[in-house]
Amino acid sequence: MKPEKSMFPVRLRILILAGAGFLLLAGVTGRMIWLMVWQSAYYEEEAADVQQRERAIKAARGEIYDRRGTLLAGNRTVCTVSVVHNQVEEPEQVIDRLTEILEIDRDTVRKKVEKYSSREIIASNVDKEKGDEIRALHLAGVKVDEDYKRYYPYGTLASKILGFTGGDNQGILGLEVQYDALLQGTNGVILTPTDASGTELVQEAEQRIEPVAGNNLYLTLDADIQSFAQQTAESLYEEKSALHVSIIVMNPQNGEIYAMADVPEYDLNDPFTLFHEDGSAYSEEELAALTEKERSDLRNRMWRNFCINDTYEPGSTFKIITMAAGLSEGVVTPESTFFCPGYKIVEDRRIRCHKSGGHGSETFVQGAMNSCNPVFMEVGLRMGPAVFMKYIEQFQILQKTGVDLPGEASTIMHELENIGEVELATMSFGQSFQLTPLRHLTTICSLINGGKTIIPHLGAYSESADGSSVEYFTWESQGQVLESDISETVRTILEAVVAEGSGNKAYIEGYRVGGKTATSEKLPRGNGKYISSFVGFAPADDPQIAVLVLVNEPQGVYYGGTVCAPAAAAVLENILPFLEERY
Amino acid sequence: MQTIASRNETTKENVREKVIGRKHFKVLPDQYGQHYDHKLLITIFVLCCFGLVMVYSSSAYVASASGKGEYYFLIREAVFMAIGIGGMLFISKLDYHWFVKITAPLYLLSIVLMVLTDFTPFGVEINGQKRWINLIPGVKSLPTYQPTEIVKIALILVFAYMINRCIKNIDRIPVMFTMILMLAPLAGLVVINNLSSGIIIAGIGCFMYFIASRRKKLYWVVLILAAAAVALIYFDPNILVSLHLVEDYQLSRIEVWKDPASDPLDKGFQVLQGLYAIGSGGLFGKGLGSSVQKLGFIPESHNDMIFSIICEELGIFGAVCVIGLFAYMIYRFVYIILRAPDLYGAMIVSGVMIHIALQVILNIAVVTNTIPNTGVTLPFISYGGTSVAILLAEMGMVLSVSNQIIYEK
Repeated sequence: MKPEKSMFPVRLRILILAGAGFLLLAGVTGRMIWLMVWQSAYYEEEAADVQQRERAIKAARGEIYDRRGTLLAGNRTVCTVSVVHNQVEEPEQVIDRLTEILEIDRDTVRKKVEKYSSREIIASNVDKEKGDEIRALHLAGVKVDEDYKRYYPYGTLASKILGFTGGDNQGILGLEVQYDALLQGTNGVILTPTDASGTELVQEAEQRIEPVAGNNLYLTLDADIQSFAQQTAESLYEEKSALHVSIIVMNPQNGEIYAMADVPEYDLNDPFTLFHEDGSAYSEEELAALTEKERSDLRNRMWRNFCINDTYEPGSTFKIITMAAGLSEGVVTPESTFFCPGYKIVEDRRIRCHKSGGHGSETFVQGAMNSCNPVFMEVGLRMGPAVFMKYIEQFQILQKTGVDLPGEASTIMHELENIGEVELATMSFGQSFQLTPLRHLTTICSLINGGKTIIPHLGAYSESADGSSVEYFTWESQGQVLESDISETVRTILEAVVAEGSGNKAYIEGYRVGGKTATSEKLPRGNGKYISSFVGFAPADDPQIAVLVLVNEPQGVYYGGTVCAPAAAAVLENILPFLEERY
Repeated sequence: MQTIASRNETTKENVREKVIGRKHFKVLPDQYGQHYDHKLLITIFVLCCFGLVMVYSSSAYVASASGKGEYYFLIREAVFMAIGIGGMLFISKLDYHWFVKITAPLYLLSIVLMVLTDFTPFGVEINGQKRWINLIPGVKSLPTYQPTEIVKIALILVFAYMINRCIKNIDRIPVMFTMILMLAPLAGLVVINNLSSGIIIAGIGCFMYFIASRRKKLYWVVLILAAAAVALIYFDPNILVSLHLVEDYQLSRIEVWKDPASDPLDKGFQVLQGLYAIGSGGLFGKGLGSSVQKLGFIPESHNDMIFSIICEELGIFGAVCVIGLFAYMIYRFVYIILRAPDLYGAMIVSGVMIHIALQVILNIAVVTNTIPNTGVTLPFISYGGTSVAILLAEMGMVLSVSNQIIYEK
């Protein structure tokens, strides 16, 4: 068919137009393919985001064990029972069964079952047995989800160091927060496809990403020693009507903490309940009468670990530091002789010895055995402030110990330029400054263990939940702070303190025990409030166990040698026979 | 009756055309045979059937969730399609020169309907847009009807008539002016309530004139101006506001177009959800019926955004097949235009071709966020109700033209 003349330009225009149309069509097709191929990953992910409802599957939190594998913090499986309204087929039966098994109010159950919502929780923290029972009934529309709840088999045991977890299984205090990252596993997720209104699509398969359980934590702590230390502390606490009692037991060679009791302890399974001093719980009304801040202050006081969170004036046990410094500096030898008239005049001040009549003439060793203040003031003054402070720094007293517990307090010490003779004299027998009990014990350990520093610690190693990988923590010594022969002399003197001196109540038949007592009056002076303490170690020639017993505000007799030394002896006596077999 | 073709016959010495002007083919010489474009007919059927499948797939979940029953949209679409196909086959057997008779009434009817929709209570507002007309104002249960589709047919017929009649003087100012006067009220009345349909109507008019006209410079100027406008909109849309060409709310549409994620919950929602659907299709898609985005994520997914569901369920493969079908359909239109017995027939088919091509291109461009979001349906596939019936009537006109092609045996 031949083209018609008048049609000719029309044909051309048609072809141009159709051509342009095809080009545009090809253009949008290209754009579409670009979207579907190169942008596909991005949009697919975004689409999955809006199309799926995520339900987390909680990962089991890692468990905490003591050094011999005793479970200290574990998980209990609890169930959450919920109903999905749309899927319930026999509401009456569901209400009957749930009321019966869960033992809750029938009307409450009915209200929840009949409520039109996508998912209604009937009960949470349901025991696993009950959850299993409900699941076994296969009631349409009833969902039983498992969850983990932290539980502590021994309740109050080592509560101040273990700490506890919050509602999301996150660590709140103590080791639980210190090792939180390690203990927390990775939550899994159930991805359920939904429509735009969020209704789950029954026919679509749900996708499951399994959770990874947290790593288990193994401690240097020994549950038996902890338990015994805690009992000892508790009997002291009651006997002396003390404000509180702390006992730390550690290995002076490597810093492993075997026990750290801080009585009163609290129940880890119920950490929020407040108690009066007489042990009765606060009632609802009493709690309501308190302000939010008062409640939280009371709780914080209950959770506080004196061993690391608070500082105190160490008193006479600090003479061990003065002793080591004096011997190391050469200003004194064990045989040096001193005279104690019962006081010492420093500048214009007359500083008393605890024995008002004075110890008379004595050697340095006898001075230590008598815990004679003038002897140690003399040693301190012989060194002078700069040298004494040099040793204090060298013995790491001004540093934190680096213990693996949160909230360690710093030492409160004079500035060198502010130390006059009076300050120096009081410092040399452990007054006018403050440090934490753990800092104090740690320094003493490094002075008796041959002179090497240690980092006190509780974490030994972590193990993945399936046991496939183990990670040991390293707590290496930072170096030498005292020559080993001087360390040996210190040990010998401290053994004499226990064998024949003020620490004789810590003596244990058949063992070589070293130690030092302390009785320090709390500030302000003259208020009759004391902290008595005792630091002991054994065997004296090769210390394997170091112990610090501290009684805060004992009533009645308050001498460290009388109050604390027997307790330390009891702890040591309990451990020493098993030393070889266990460690 | 004096046909348009026979009017042409006086100016051209063409033997064949003389004969075509009359509808009695029997008088043709023996070497000529009759054509009926079955290929186009089959393409239309395929698209309609595919459209039904996709309307069902994309609407079933939402329809049953809203209590209408999952077949609600499918049944309605099928009924209108059946009516439309009947009408199409009937019209295709008519002599298209007869359309001249109904052109003027149709044009007037269009204007009346549009005035009624725009300015009287006969107009029904659906989804905030007053685009529908109801036979009895206030009675909501009656089927509503979108008159813009009638307007498109009226325009195509009017322009085909005008161009055919004035082809010699087509480039003279008075003729041009007359045609603009014919187009303006239609486009203007539509633009009032529906910008995108207005653009399509104006586009049909302009491109039909382009086909007929011999002017070249004019088109270059228009092309350059259009390109400049697009560039301006893209790079500095604020100028349009300062020139009072667009309002602030239209500007936000442009912002959303550039970055749909900037307003993911409101203005960018539909486009973004569509893009999620397209992006998650892949090569062969998730399988027919497996779209997730149709589960209420894409609002009215059986309407303007149906192409994105095609992409999600059938992948690149399915989407390219659909585009291929439309391309083939346009090819058939060109085939018919080039062989049309006369200019009138050619212009009718051109108008329909421009209409279909514009809608397909604009729809896919909107769905792929190539241009700012504006409501354009995908012919034959989007759920359309009455509009699909009228679209099929347009196809009947094309087939009618094809019916009169004569070819050498």
